[in-house]
Amino acid sequence: MGQTITEKILSTHAGHDVKAGDLAIVNVDAAMASDTTAPLALKAFKEMGGVNPWNPEKTIFVIDHASPAPNERIANLHKQMREFAMSTDSILYDEGSGICHQIMVEEEHVKPGQLIIGADSHTVTYGALGAFSTGVGSTDLAAIMLTGKTWLKVPESIKIILNGKPNSGISAKDIILDVVGKIGLNGATYKTLEYSGSTLKYLTLGDRMTIANMAVEMGGKAGIFETSSLELPYNFEPVLPDSDAEYIKTVTIDVSSIRPKIAKPHSPDNICDIDDVIGTKIDMAFIGTCTNGRLEDLQLAASILKGKQLASGIRMLITPASRNILNQAMADGTMNILSEAGATFIPPGCGPCVGTHLGVPGNDEVILSTANRNFPGRMGNPNSHIYLASPAVVAASALSGVITDPASIGHVETRKKVNK
Amino acid sequence: MTGRVHLYDIDNIDTDRIIPGKYTKTLNVSTFADHCLEDLDSDFKTKVQQGDILVGGWNFGCGSSREQAPIALKVSGISVVIARSFSRIFYRNAINIGLPILEIPEHDISDGTHLHIEFESGKVVDGDTEYSSTPLPQIMIDILNAGGLVQYLKKNKAYNL
Repeated sequence: MGQTITEKILSTHAGHDVKAGDLAIVNVDAAMASDTTAPLALKAFKEMGGVNPWNPEKTIFVIDHASPAPNERIANLHKQMREFAMSTDSILYDEGSGICHQIMVEEEHVKPGQLIIGADSHTVTYGALGAFSTGVGSTDLAAIMLTGKTWLKVPESIKIILNGKPNSGISAKDIILDVVGKIGLNGATYKTLEYSGSTLKYLTLGDRMTIANMAVEMGGKAGIFETSSLELPYNFEPVLPDSDAEYIKTVTIDVSSIRPKIAKPHSPDNICDIDDVIGTKIDMAFIGTCTNGRLEDLQLAASILKGKQLASGIRMLITPASRNILNQAMADGTMNILSEAGATFIPPGCGPCVGTHLGVPGNDEVILSTANRNFPGRMGNPNSHIYLASPAVVAASALSGVITDPASIGHVETRKKVNK
Repeated sequence: MTGRVHLYDIDNIDTDRIIPGKYTKTLNVSTFADHCLEDLDSDFKTKVQQGDILVGGWNFGCGSSREQAPIALKVSGISVVIARSFSRIFYRNAINIGLPILEIPEHDISDGTHLHIEFESGKVVDGDTEYSSTPLPQIMIDILNAGGLVQYLKKNKAYNL
């Protein structure tokens, strides 16, 4: 019987062939924790008797969730992370570096075919690169720091075939919101989503990260792309599924017919076409997060906002996903355009998405966000209403003050093939 | 063991509702009890007593990977969580911190009722009704029996399937 991508990667890391349903102890290629999860992980690691991580060069800490520190309690947690990284020679990306998932990819801590475990649920993002990556809690991460291994149940896979060329103005976010709406919040629990199809040749690495990122919004253990059409700055051997691999389900999506999508409050699977909510008044627009805070997202927003001003009474927050992205957006004038339009910048990091500090909405306020979650209280106030959308929709809506289809204000972005 | 039920038979109770992100950044985990489930039921912290049982719906604990979620329930006094199904990361995290969880997809458990739980067999007795929970893999039983993953690895030094 042939193997899925998941079964192939997990077999390699178990040292023997495994199939869906098997329990396996697997070698981990890198372990990552953020400032939300690292402090508890370090505590558990020490309680387990740990002193030095199994491989310091593969042990990565990122200060991104509440960064820079908003109070002394969090400042001292950050300090603990710095001291541990310094004393053990493990890797630390300090405040301002950016969101852990963006950094893991930019700094090449993850490569195709690897198995990466992170103490953050959006670790699934690295499936964009054809890696098997998934999120765990702090104690599981501590165990990897101690042993270099973890145990897991080899998940069954759902094959998602994305076919067709996305229409003008349709982004990777619209595609994944469509997928989440079809699969549902619980539809991929314990399972891997494996993406293939003719649409892949139109999807950049950033696009694939946006799509892989939201696997966990369907309960997925991972969301992995076939990498046969992906070009990276280094050579790699793509891990492809066997033609007779077994999938629990196959879902084919005609991407060419997708309209801009919105996730309405208060669940990421509460999906509708933008047409159903056009004209909904918003108070705040937010572009950022591990889903949509990349350079192309900021550039797209700038192309819509250039020479214009935010609608009266609208706040717009922008959080570049990494310092690298911030630097590029400053160098090419993107940041100037956004600032002149009236946007407020937040340093690279998770920003308002997690409701820890900065950009917390008021009661009954409506936020249109490029993030991945809109559960009640997600942005720090359970009495606010979060809608999720693509960067183009968020930027266009910030101009008009109501949810707006970018095409209706003349914004048309044509997609071209980006891969062979 | 026997415990009193707090029933929240609502689907997709996510980790932000179990313990909002703004309260998670501390190692003083006993403070989580002041905010556990506050956006779902502001009376929970005054109602809950040591040894009580929480019963949830489908996909309990979805959302973030924060281990603070099962810790918040544990420090609030919850001794067992029963749900129709659990999100994957919450399921692992609960076992890892030594909080027993039982998956019972179909049940008719009422709020305030007292359940008797036999951990060895995974049976839950609700008056005249008896439910069977989905069996845990042996490694999770071993982790739970050790009192959590820290104790398991202190003793065993490595995972054994």
